[in-house]
Amino acid sequence: MAAIDVSGLVVRYGEVTAVDGLDLSADAGSVLALLGPNGAGKTTTVETLEGYRRPTAGRVRVMGLDPVTDRRRLAPLIGVMLQRGGVYPTMSARDALGLFAAYYDDPVSPAQLLDLVDLAAVARRPWRTLSGGEQQRVSLALALVGRPRVAFLDEPTAGMDPAARQLLWSVVRRLRDDGVCVLMTTHYLEEAERLADRVVIIDGGRAVAEGTPAELVSAGGGREIRFGAPAGIDTAALGAAVEAAVAEERPGEYLVAGAATPARVASLTAWLAERQLPLADLRAGRQTLEDVFLRLTGERAEAGR
Amino acid sequence: MKPRPVIAQARAEILMTLRRGESLLLALGIPVLLLVFFSEVDVLPVGTRHPVTFLAPGVLALAVMSTAMVGLGIATGFERSYGVLKRLGTTPLGRPALLTAKTAAILVVEVVQVAVLVPVALALGWDPSGGVLAALGAVLVATVAFAGLGLLMAGTLRAEVTLAAANGLYLLLLLLGGMVVPLAKLPGGLRALARLLPAAALSDVLHASLGGDPTPARAWAVLAAWAVVAPALAAAAFRWE
Repeated sequence: MAAIDVSGLVVRYGEVTAVDGLDLSADAGSVLALLGPNGAGKTTTVETLEGYRRPTAGRVRVMGLDPVTDRRRLAPLIGVMLQRGGVYPTMSARDALGLFAAYYDDPVSPAQLLDLVDLAAVARRPWRTLSGGEQQRVSLALALVGRPRVAFLDEPTAGMDPAARQLLWSVVRRLRDDGVCVLMTTHYLEEAERLADRVVIIDGGRAVAEGTPAELVSAGGGREIRFGAPAGIDTAALGAAVEAAVAEERPGEYLVAGAATPARVASLTAWLAERQLPLADLRAGRQTLEDVFLRLTGERAEAGR
Repeated sequence: MKPRPVIAQARAEILMTLRRGESLLLALGIPVLLLVFFSEVDVLPVGTRHPVTFLAPGVLALAVMSTAMVGLGIATGFERSYGVLKRLGTTPLGRPALLTAKTAAILVVEVVQVAVLVPVALALGWDPSGGVLAALGAVLVATVAFAGLGLLMAGTLRAEVTLAAANGLYLLLLLLGGMVVPLAKLPGGLRALARLLPAAALSDVLHASLGGDPTPARAWAVLAAWAVVAPALAAAAFRWE
């Protein structure tokens, strides 16, 4: 049984369709990242899995349970980190963890969690006096009090400094190693690439791509060359030289739409050398997740125009 | 419903209430001040020889309204706007346990209020004549009614609006509730309106019972009606986020 199993999910708010036919699946001991621009439907999807919203259509199961009708049985099995808030502002991290611990049959001790998220030093300070990143870490700790089997982390690293982000990543890896299924949303591509076993890129409420980070960056790879050079070079002339269409995607960033063969790369660099044009950057074949993301979400934006 | 989560939640709610300066002022400061000041400074047209005879039951009614309506409403409104209620929704605590804990917390605060106000009133010369059971019953029914009103505001309005509305309603019901100004002093039409509100109904029952008189059936009926309608409206209209 998959820990998370979603098929044909549609969520509408009145006229607005936030999620439009989404399928997701994730097993115990894996990290699934939902990647997408703001308004793509990431939070709506997560909140439907958490039981906050009823699907307009489709089937949602978490640990085999319906999040809305089986709420009471599911609640002890999940841990939730909301995008913001969720903690009594006057309560200290220690007291909040102690209170949440009383909700569960076999909780993790507050002291242990405070160590895990490195907050022991500020454990007695009211939540509202903590920095944004510290508040996020309290929320993370609260999500883990009940030893969840499925953890939902909605943009967990938003507002965190690099050190706190590293800490969160190590906690997520530890959860995965302990057999927890982690569903996280992010718009940091690097985060998804480093952390996720599977990535689903969503835009406009639909999955536009999915796979392991490696699959995503190699899909379509080898069929294009990207390079950086001064803005405004003669793409038509260059295209003739490399026998492929050349486009200036952004000023100074070019895409050659042709297989990244050594011969084509050689003719590209030769053409630039003849004109004494500097080469700022050259990527043949392998793309970053960012390339995939921008291409996919860009295509959709083009299509919508 | 497991007892441990409810007890922990009730304890947290009580501690948060008692640690908030503004809720202490509302729960204890203002009632004690009104009781002492108007008992000693004879400016109110209370119509009894000892002002405290009128003021003590009225101020007890005020204390119940402060805690069950204003305190609960404002705190819950802010919990809603901070996402606390939303977050609790995915814990095993559950709504029935949360409501039970909040109710228990209100009752405990009310016990503290009575434990402070009654000795102060006695020291000022209050001489109640029985009727404790009827008074307790009225306090319980009124607590349900006021809590319903507080939660109705908290669950439908923005937190800042709830804050303003709860305080406004507090002042209005203080003046029209027979708490410091006897209903008999209000003009006829206003008096008739006031008698339909839960505040005056509670203070009517408290004045009668603690004064040794038979409690008015109409006031009980008004109180009971509010205790049914207000929580039902709150339950139907409450939005958790």
